[in-house]
Amino acid sequence: MLDGPAPVLEVTDLKTIFLTRDGAVHAVNGVSFAIAPGELLGVVGESGSGKSVTMMSLMGLLPSPPAEIAGGSILYQGREVRDMSRSEMRELRGGEIGFVFQDPMTSLNPVFTIGYQLVEPLRAHLGLSKSAARARAAELLGLVGIPDPVQRLDDYPHQFSGGMRQRVMIAMALSCDPKVLIADEPTTALDVTIQAQILELVRNLRARLGMGIIWITHDLGLVAGIADRVMVMYAGSVVEHGTVDELFANPQHPYTRALLGTVPSVTGPRARRLRTIEGQPPILMAPPRACPFAPRCAHVFNRCRVENPWRVNVTPTHDVACWWDAATGEHRRA
Amino acid sequence: MLDESPSLLRVLGLKMYFPIYKGVLRRKVGEIKAVDDVSFDIRAGETLGLVGESGCGKSTTGRAILRFYEPTGGVIELEGRDIAHVEGDALRELRPRMQMIFQDPQASLNPRMTVGSIIAEPLVEHSGIDKAARRVRVLELMDQVGLNRSFANRYPHEFSGGQRQRIGIARALALDPAFIVCDEPIAALDVSIQAQVVNLLEDLQERLGLTYLFISHDLSMVRHLATRVAVMYLGRLVELAPREALYDLPLHPYTQALISAVPSPNPEIEARRKRIILKGDVPSPANPPPGCAFSTRCPKVFEQCRVETPPLRDLGQGRFAACHLVDQPDVAA
Repeated sequence: MLDGPAPVLEVTDLKTIFLTRDGAVHAVNGVSFAIAPGELLGVVGESGSGKSVTMMSLMGLLPSPPAEIAGGSILYQGREVRDMSRSEMRELRGGEIGFVFQDPMTSLNPVFTIGYQLVEPLRAHLGLSKSAARARAAELLGLVGIPDPVQRLDDYPHQFSGGMRQRVMIAMALSCDPKVLIADEPTTALDVTIQAQILELVRNLRARLGMGIIWITHDLGLVAGIADRVMVMYAGSVVEHGTVDELFANPQHPYTRALLGTVPSVTGPRARRLRTIEGQPPILMAPPRACPFAPRCAHVFNRCRVENPWRVNVTPTHDVACWWDAATGEHRRA
Repeated sequence: MLDESPSLLRVLGLKMYFPIYKGVLRRKVGEIKAVDDVSFDIRAGETLGLVGESGCGKSTTGRAILRFYEPTGGVIELEGRDIAHVEGDALRELRPRMQMIFQDPQASLNPRMTVGSIIAEPLVEHSGIDKAARRVRVLELMDQVGLNRSFANRYPHEFSGGQRQRIGIARALALDPAFIVCDEPIAALDVSIQAQVVNLLEDLQERLGLTYLFISHDLSMVRHLATRVAVMYLGRLVELAPREALYDLPLHPYTQALISAVPSPNPEIEARRKRIILKGDVPSPANPPPGCAFSTRCPKVFEQCRVETPPLRDLGQGRFAACHLVDQPDVAA
């Protein structure tokens, strides 16, 4: 699937289910992807598409029960994450793999200073002394563009604005030099001009730190600007995946195509009417046997209702899970 | 102002200040100028988009116009009548003319009422028609917004976000209003559902001749919907222009930055694009900077901006901008 450097993180056929009173909800259904150092993978999908659950499953961040990883493998630098002990997992989380969550208001502890919260992982993961950790913390705040970093260490979260708090969260995620950064809708709660600042920051940091970034978002425009590769998710499955240029220039899956059609733009010609995707995404109470998009699909035919499509390559760097062939408008023979 | 069709709503020098109380005695120590001297008009049948970032006062403007608040100052003229300070029964009589669609359909629908009774509530309060007639009207409204009639006895939690927003829209339409304030009606919805709701709003406008004030932070959606667009920053209007003009050639540096910050779903455009990255954050409205409110972040700031607040200047062809640079067009463009 990849050429170039070996992947740091490789996920194969991951399945996650939630055991609820009404039965098992199949949230992630056989997701596979890999990420190489220095690469940015955009994960796009609507709420309930399983994009966050996939990433939470990777790191064992889902409460169990109700969540249960039902299958698949997660390789971090060749080691199976699912076989790791609790203490190994703890080292991996925060140490090797950093996280940035959507809401900067709730992911910082309001009763501790920013400095305290930044120093804590540095001492725990890297074993730095108090003064060394503090110096490193100030350096990190400077790195993410917070003015007067040394003084700001003694401030509490409420003394920072939303954008500044998200910068602190990024600093925290970067604190132990992670090989992979998972950012779950990190700019969704922010205003556009602040979002632009954070995106600029991530562009710069990526070039400087060479880590793999997984960026989860529902905003196709955002992905077009920063990602190398894009993965589109629907109902817990990857429906399309490719390099950013290929995916946007030549979208294959009817869902991707429809999604691109529904978003208006600030440039270019203005559509008189927005295209819509009728209906709702499904909640899967059983593993999918048919294509989960079939009830909303414009190109649906019989096979879609009886057999769930698997991912087939369109080019070596672009694949799609669909029985309909966008190039010919015919059914795929696979 | 430029006039083709008559104004349905005129807002002149609207001010909405909120007091700040402090200490044990709750003494007033200052005020937040959430809306400060805002003027615009909305013509019958058009959609005015009101954009800005969180805290800029766009929602407060919408709420003040609908008289959820008693404005601190200014004139709000609906269909030729000043409603800024009407009270009691007179205000109640105005309510059917102007309605609101809220951002969060989850929070704005009573979870213990059925959909039918939610939509019927304005009819009970304001119209005085009997139960059978109300039932007919509710079902008619449900058809209009694309809700299945058989769902009238269900509760809000049984619906998805997009459907709940349709319930909110049906409720707003119940009394045949002339003017509707849409306060971020699609912000809480998924992209594929947003388009459904936007198309519905457009259809209803065409069919019923509605006038919208569409409040949003989503500049691309406003470009799709609005006839004219007003941009707010820290309680003030910084630019007001017809849609094409505003997106093709924004005059205020804030509008320029705002439009350049919206990502476009096209990697080629994104790669070539010149972005304006603003420094810093929006100042607190309790303690705005002297002079132009945008002067602390403006990439084109100069001396005059820090001392003198620029007025909203009429530039002709329906364009207005509040910036010292618009007097020097060569610098502004």
